Amino acid sequence: MDILQILLTDTFWEAALRIATPLIFGVLGALVCERAGVLNLGIEGIFVAGAMAGWLAVWLGAGLWGGIVVAMLTGGFFGLIHAILTVPLGLSQHVSGLGVTMLATSASYFTYRTALPNVSSPPRIEPFRPLDIPLLSDIPFLGPVLFQQTAMTWLALFLVALVWWVFNRTPLGVALRAVGDNPDAVDAQGLSVYGLRISAVVAGSMLMALGGAFLTMSAFDAFFFGMVNGRGWISIALVIFASWRPGKALLGALLFGAFDAFQVRLQTEVGAFIPPQIFLMAPYVLSIIALVVVARRADYPRALLKPWFKGQR
Amino acid sequence: MANELVLSLRSLSKRFGDVVANDAVSIDLYRGEVLSLLGENGAGKTTLMNMLFGHYMPDSGSVEVADSDGTLRPLQLGHPQAALEAGIGMVHQHFTLAENLTAIDNILLGSESLWSLRRNRGAARRKVQGIIERSGLAAPLDELVGNLTVGERQRVEILKALYRDARILVLDEPTAVLTPQEADALFDNIGAMTRDGLSVIFISHKLREVLAFSDRIAVLRHGRKVGEIATAEADERIIARMMVGADTEATARAAMQAGDPVLELENIAVKGKSARDSLHRVSLTVRAHEIVGIAGVSGNGQTALARLVSGLTRPDGGEMRVDGRRVTKFDPQTLLKAGIGRIPEDRHHDGVVGAMSVAENMVIERLDADDVQKHGFLRKAAIRAHAQELAAAYDVRGPGVDAEARLLSGGNMQKLILARVFECAPRLILANQPTRGLDLGAANEVGRRLLEARARGAGVLLISEDLDEVLALADRIVVIHDGRLIAADTTDREAIGLMMAGEHA
Repeated sequence: MDILQILLTDTFWEAALRIATPLIFGVLGALVCERAGVLNLGIEGIFVAGAMAGWLAVWLGAGLWGGIVVAMLTGGFFGLIHAILTVPLGLSQHVSGLGVTMLATSASYFTYRTALPNVSSPPRIEPFRPLDIPLLSDIPFLGPVLFQQTAMTWLALFLVALVWWVFNRTPLGVALRAVGDNPDAVDAQGLSVYGLRISAVVAGSMLMALGGAFLTMSAFDAFFFGMVNGRGWISIALVIFASWRPGKALLGALLFGAFDAFQVRLQTEVGAFIPPQIFLMAPYVLSIIALVVVARRADYPRALLKPWFKGQR
Repeated sequence: MANELVLSLRSLSKRFGDVVANDAVSIDLYRGEVLSLLGENGAGKTTLMNMLFGHYMPDSGSVEVADSDGTLRPLQLGHPQAALEAGIGMVHQHFTLAENLTAIDNILLGSESLWSLRRNRGAARRKVQGIIERSGLAAPLDELVGNLTVGERQRVEILKALYRDARILVLDEPTAVLTPQEADALFDNIGAMTRDGLSVIFISHKLREVLAFSDRIAVLRHGRKVGEIATAEADERIIARMMVGADTEATARAAMQAGDPVLELENIAVKGKSARDSLHRVSLTVRAHEIVGIAGVSGNGQTALARLVSGLTRPDGGEMRVDGRRVTKFDPQTLLKAGIGRIPEDRHHDGVVGAMSVAENMVIERLDADDVQKHGFLRKAAIRAHAQELAAAYDVRGPGVDAEARLLSGGNMQKLILARVFECAPRLILANQPTRGLDLGAANEVGRRLLEARARGAGVLLISEDLDEVLALADRIVVIHDGRLIAADTTDREAIGLMMAGEHA
């Protein structure tokens, strides 16, 4: 098979969208936080917590959508910790975020071990199945790519549209953008800077947790240690690539998904000559290159990372 | 209508630690009038207005505001929302606008329910248009605020307040960032609004505009109201005396014959990151015994010019000569040695090292001099003694020469910089906004020192956004606009103002 022919197969694009799904959640979540002026480096840990909590809830019999709710609540809880530390208390967003990542990761592993002390192989759940919509999934090429994804991928695509709508078409979105640019403007108009920022961080963290939940409830059917594997960090980089815009966030996530899907297929083609690590590395290297090209012109939210205190101007 | 009380501040007091910012200040405001609140920096004007607007909680006192029927009601203090609802709008010196939103988004921010699923703007937009028609405050509503000029941003700020049905508008030093023409237009707009029944409190320390545009003047000094006067009965002398508490003497300028050139720029071009910090083939000569004033609205290339003359930027073309010698190496140390003394624009950031002592800051530009070091070691005692001498000579007051420089007040920090610069007897003094943020006393001191240097034989390049200051000090005025220099052969405010706005008179 010719290398370029990979790009023309429907299975390749189906895989790209599937790999991109958790990143779509992650980038959207980070985008919501950062647009309001708060960097949330808790993302990696919130992915782990979402993956574990959602899976555990399903395993305990809550049902798949029950698992989704539990994952979001867990993400929201860790987001609230980060928000309280960084918004009203104004602590360093880097330090607090990394702390939340360590806390959420360790708490998740601890909970998993405590809940399942005696299992050697990870127990499995019945995950989301591809929807396989009749007729639509029979369309050549587009059918397999789009209409054999799971409900969570559809949820991710829907959320891209929702976040775009909120930011561009509602007063809430205008206020969130304003609070990430100049909190004094928001305060002078009688809105609550703290309220807006805390809400944004909690909502964004809920989205991040969905990215983790996708891994245990859709991509796989079990929880492993280390399964998030840097997807949170990649999301943080992709937000810059996306210039804090939901549409471009989708594009960035798809690009990374495509790189990843491509390298797997490339390995089977030319894997005999080149060590596999090169391929595993490729999506990250390409992401860095894409970031270098795009991010030099990045237009950061002006108040990002800057704590704001009431009554100080 | 003139006697209808709309706002009454009743003996408001506020202290910060040991500092009394406001001491029992009472002020009344009537419907349709423009009240000027005048005072030096630190007199307590902004604190007073911040209490009115709910940003600070007063220690004692009360505020009453007329409601839409004209009945006075007490205002709940400490809540910006309450002030907004009572019809008080405030335009801060630093605009509170989100630059990533359009003008109309900024105006409507906070007035729409956050939970509505879409923006329904027909009615709101018509209301804004109506306000624009009545007041003349034109602004492009659908443009991002980040792309607006300063004058337009200020109009958006005022529109924000009027949209919220403000009946009392507080303007904190509104003309600081405007060209004279923009300022005049602003006062025209204010005139139109007051005829509509709006009352305006206008904070300023520019005597000229206070006299020209207000109905009544209240003067604060050291946190107390020291006087109130109808503008018709006031003149510059009277209010200056009220502000300072004594007669101020404008320094007499002796006529002087300019000598040899100390700084020559010939067709200098600097390509900055943006048009705001570029210079386009400018030529300029500053001679001994001469003060050349660069007038202009900020962001027209002043920074590029200052950086060039300080050696922080190298030109992309053209030639610069100091004392007749061509400058080939552009770095601060070389130009310092060539005889350029610098009074930087941002004294906190570029003028002193805040965490180092006053004494260290006084020698920081000549650490290799023999009275400062010996064999590479600092001569601490000598530095200290030297600093005490300089501090006495230049009247640098504060917690002493061993204290950190950041603890000095703005005026004393500037005196420290003056002492450091003048001690080296520079051939050319680059004074970039030397009196910005200083009170009248300290500003006069800076002017006096610059004239002294001129008498000694130095040339002075004075960059200032305050046209009055340039008119008072400079022998020659050059207008900077859009990175170009245009010699002004006139001292007519109107003509220079037009040049500052880029219109060739």
